[in-house]
Amino acid sequence: MPLPFIVITLIKAIVVLIVLMTVAAYLVWFERKIVARIQNRWGPTRVGPFGLLQPLADAIKLLTKEDFTPAGVFRVPYLLAPALSLTVALLAFAVIPFGPGFQIADLNIGLLFILAISSMGVYGIVLAGWASNSKYSLLGGLRSSAQMISYELAISLSVVGVLLLGGSLSLREIVSAQSGVWGLVPRWNVFPQLVGFFCFFIAAIAETNRLPFDLPEAETELVAGYHTEYSSMKFAMFFIAEYTNMVTASCMATILFFGGWHGPVPSFLPAPLQAVVPLFWFSLKVVLFLFVYVWIRGTLPRFRYDQLMSFGWKFLVPLALINLVVTSFVIALRA
Amino acid sequence: MPNGYFHENYIPVLIDLGLIVVVAGGMLLLSYLLGQHKRTREKLMPYECGMTPTGDASHRFSIRFYLVAMIFILLDVEVVFLFPWAVIFRELKMFGFIEMLLFVLIVVAGFVYLWKKGVLDWSRREPGEMQ
Repeated sequence: MPLPFIVITLIKAIVVLIVLMTVAAYLVWFERKIVARIQNRWGPTRVGPFGLLQPLADAIKLLTKEDFTPAGVFRVPYLLAPALSLTVALLAFAVIPFGPGFQIADLNIGLLFILAISSMGVYGIVLAGWASNSKYSLLGGLRSSAQMISYELAISLSVVGVLLLGGSLSLREIVSAQSGVWGLVPRWNVFPQLVGFFCFFIAAIAETNRLPFDLPEAETELVAGYHTEYSSMKFAMFFIAEYTNMVTASCMATILFFGGWHGPVPSFLPAPLQAVVPLFWFSLKVVLFLFVYVWIRGTLPRFRYDQLMSFGWKFLVPLALINLVVTSFVIALRA
Repeated sequence: MPNGYFHENYIPVLIDLGLIVVVAGGMLLLSYLLGQHKRTREKLMPYECGMTPTGDASHRFSIRFYLVAMIFILLDVEVVFLFPWAVIFRELKMFGFIEMLLFVLIVVAGFVYLWKKGVLDWSRREPGEMQ
């Protein structure tokens, strides 16, 4: 194996990792600012201009806090759980195409890889809940795992519609299939697959344990759910994993339904700047989705657990199935 | 030796995995090294709103959690069958649609059975079930 190839891959992986960690840290700031404005407050303002250094201060604080292991925990799984959560959250980005050629690994089963890796996240949560040997953690972990696997089904079913249109599991090819226009409308999957996108995005919010589906950490009933017994950086790792999963879900929504790096309008920039345009559109769409995430959080109250489960099983799964059958019927008629 | 495709695409995934594992491990180690360590008996207790915990956490919990996991496994395996079908659907055309319709109908029959049995119903309480 050639050494330059390994070095280039390593550099790419390090760049993606650094960008991702920064995005996750600043997503916390972004969320706090926007939720604050929605609730007519200021949000962080003290550390740096507009509170922009707040994530940095938080990171230093969390690193230097006491890192204790409560008595009675199952030590190895207790330590393994946050590392596992973070690892699978970050690993999903190995196959995400940020632009043409901006990708660590272009797997021909990229979509399957992301689904597989993100469903591993449930192990981190279950292990944390069980290994903490605390009642709140156990209940939080159980709830969380039942919720995540329920909505996992809706995600997998809603994605099949995109596969029918794109005819490939490679994320790069799914994006390429969405280039061009139908008249004035860009050829994005969201237009023929509006129902699929609806299922996907709602299930993605539930999958990342965000409001209004944040039952695993419903503070008023479960303290902090599965990470009640975690302190210091171990707690922060779950936190980063959750925010990274939000970014992954936004990237997936962009790639699968909103044409990835393709812009809605053709660009007229000079050639040297042309290379940046796909990255710009991709990031813009991801940021928009992240904003929607925060907006929903600032607007909706939390579901009750039985409502959450029946919504997933009795509404989203049948809806995604119907969407799948209708889509394939229309494609078969046209073929 | 693995072929070229494996080289070009799975080795980068492995490199990325290695890097992430190092970072995650580093975070655990760094926080262990940087933080202070003062252990007291109260601090090391499981958190239970300030009360002394009663017993450990190995309580019984609702059977529904097991049921959901089992149904998930069944249905998810069926969804996985849909993936390769969807990728080559344009070649299969109407034949593929009818084949898959039959498959989906069988799955739906099972799903309807579960629904009618009340497995998906979380608000109903079984007689004798713990609250």
